[in-house]
Amino acid sequence: MSDSQHAASTLDARERPDRQGTNRALLLLAIVALALIALIALCAGPFAASPAQVADVVWSRLLGHPVAGIADEIVWRIRMPRVALCVLVGGALSASGAAFQHLFRNPLVAPETLGVSTGGALGAAIAITLGAGALVLQIAAFAGGLLAVAAVVFIARRLTGHEPLVTLILTGVVVASLLGAAISLIKFIADPYNQLPAITFWLMGSFAAAKATDVVAMLPAALMAAILLGALAWRINLLALPDDEARALGANTPRLRGVVILAATLASAASVAVSGIIGWVGLVVPHIARVLVGPDFSRLWPLAAVLGAIFMLAIDTLARTLLPVEIPPGVLTAFVGTPVFIALLARTGREA
Amino acid sequence: MLRATDLVFGFAQRRVGADVSFALAPGETLAVLGGNGAGKTTLLRTLLGLLRPLGGQVTLDGIDVSGMPESERALRAAYVPQSHGPVFGYTVEQMVLMGRAAHLAPLARPGRADHRVANEALERLGIASLARRRVNELSGGERQLALLARALAQQAPVMILDEPTASLDFGNRVRVLQELDRLRAAGLTIVFSTHEPDQARAHADRALLLGHGRPLALDTVERALTPESIMQLFGVPVRIADADGYRVFVPAPQASDASIRNAVPRPR
Repeated sequence: MSDSQHAASTLDARERPDRQGTNRALLLLAIVALALIALIALCAGPFAASPAQVADVVWSRLLGHPVAGIADEIVWRIRMPRVALCVLVGGALSASGAAFQHLFRNPLVAPETLGVSTGGALGAAIAITLGAGALVLQIAAFAGGLLAVAAVVFIARRLTGHEPLVTLILTGVVVASLLGAAISLIKFIADPYNQLPAITFWLMGSFAAAKATDVVAMLPAALMAAILLGALAWRINLLALPDDEARALGANTPRLRGVVILAATLASAASVAVSGIIGWVGLVVPHIARVLVGPDFSRLWPLAAVLGAIFMLAIDTLARTLLPVEIPPGVLTAFVGTPVFIALLARTGREA
Repeated sequence: MLRATDLVFGFAQRRVGADVSFALAPGETLAVLGGNGAGKTTLLRTLLGLLRPLGGQVTLDGIDVSGMPESERALRAAYVPQSHGPVFGYTVEQMVLMGRAAHLAPLARPGRADHRVANEALERLGIASLARRRVNELSGGERQLALLARALAQQAPVMILDEPTASLDFGNRVRVLQELDRLRAAGLTIVFSTHEPDQARAHADRALLLGHGRPLALDTVERALTPESIMQLFGVPVRIADADGYRVFVPAPQASDASIRNAVPRPR
């Protein structure tokens, strides 16, 4: 070994702990930022609470001695569920977006690619037309999302081809457009005074009606996804290689892919069920996380989840405070997401 | 021990090649020689169990590779594909660490020992200084070396390389070939594909000449690689030149001689 090589390798050995430290510090910083934004979100609104008031309310709630009053009512019962739901949905969408992008080796893929949103939307539209209540609507949307992805995977596995991933994406696109047509049909026949606006608003996504029960409903799917992604995080890197290579390195790619699709679909279907369709988070935020920590999935997914939560919470807080009326968050994510995405593309080129 | 028996390989819709049989013991190297589109990669993928044979079978240590789980296969045979540009910017070190996947439990991530194996592989190939570089920022040759390092980190007794020197400059080519010689001496079974008859002769024990799927010759390199067989394989006349006792194939002077032109096989 030459001297220069030796110098390089000792340098590497010295660098490693630092770099890991940097990544951990970055994640910690993101978590602190999330806490700060959550505090701002709890304060902001038509009833402006001071940070001290918020701290009071939260503290007395945590101690189990709630002080009844307008501050408690608004901060704890109205804003807290909304903040928690934004965090869960943003985290879930972003982490599943990161997983899907690895899985398809394509940075332009989002959780919606396999039809989870369109399936969820169809489920919700059917439930609304049948006059179902909120809980049934959520169950219908969740089931619709899962069924759509299951159908896509089932059909794609029947179609044998050299490129299972391309087949999967194309099947997702085709099935989603079919489901989209079904949604249009339902909107066409729906009662235009009550049902049609309900469907339209649901499709735009909203956290306005967030309740503590929504948080509880979303939690199991989000936790399950986090456990699966966390446990398989390092191995998911292999899916970013060409299929032949991943298999030659010992990965059972069809099974691994199946588990990742399951995890990401659970998380995004649950998000769709509680908040409607909110695009862009699952596409843009994983890019930002990748620019910061690189593609190693074990570092990528936690940061992507926290950044997704930050993004979602910031967007929703803006959405409800910017104008006298609430802007649908799905609209705002697109307004913010598009320029951010273009800036990222400009900065990082093809490697984004 | 890598053995192919009456192997027929290709895809469901298109048969690429047939009649390949050989057995390689530890320390033996087989060079697969053929022109563009002769089916070399398809054959290598079939040997690795990545493609199901259309007929016959491939065994590693006596076990049929088709029925072997990926993780077990990866412990017995490593693959060095032709270099490609990956979508995501993994560092060379992260890429080489992926070679350890088969040694790790399904939920485990690489530990200290795996980092050591990966760094050793990088040092062996003289690319320790690339460890922090992103794979998609490397030149084709550097990337090829990184893929070879990954296969070394896999520590499998069989190594299968698809045109390992195709995109390398002279220095890196020599380095890779010397590494192949060292691995062969260390008792690895090696199969590599190449366009270069001289490379096959210098670095392999046996040569398989693949002319559009069907083996034109499968024998020791001395017997398989003759001016006649090379001419039959590539369609150009060659002769052997002697450079200080080192025999190399060189293009024969263009003969207007009808006998040579007749000896060139016509396309079917």
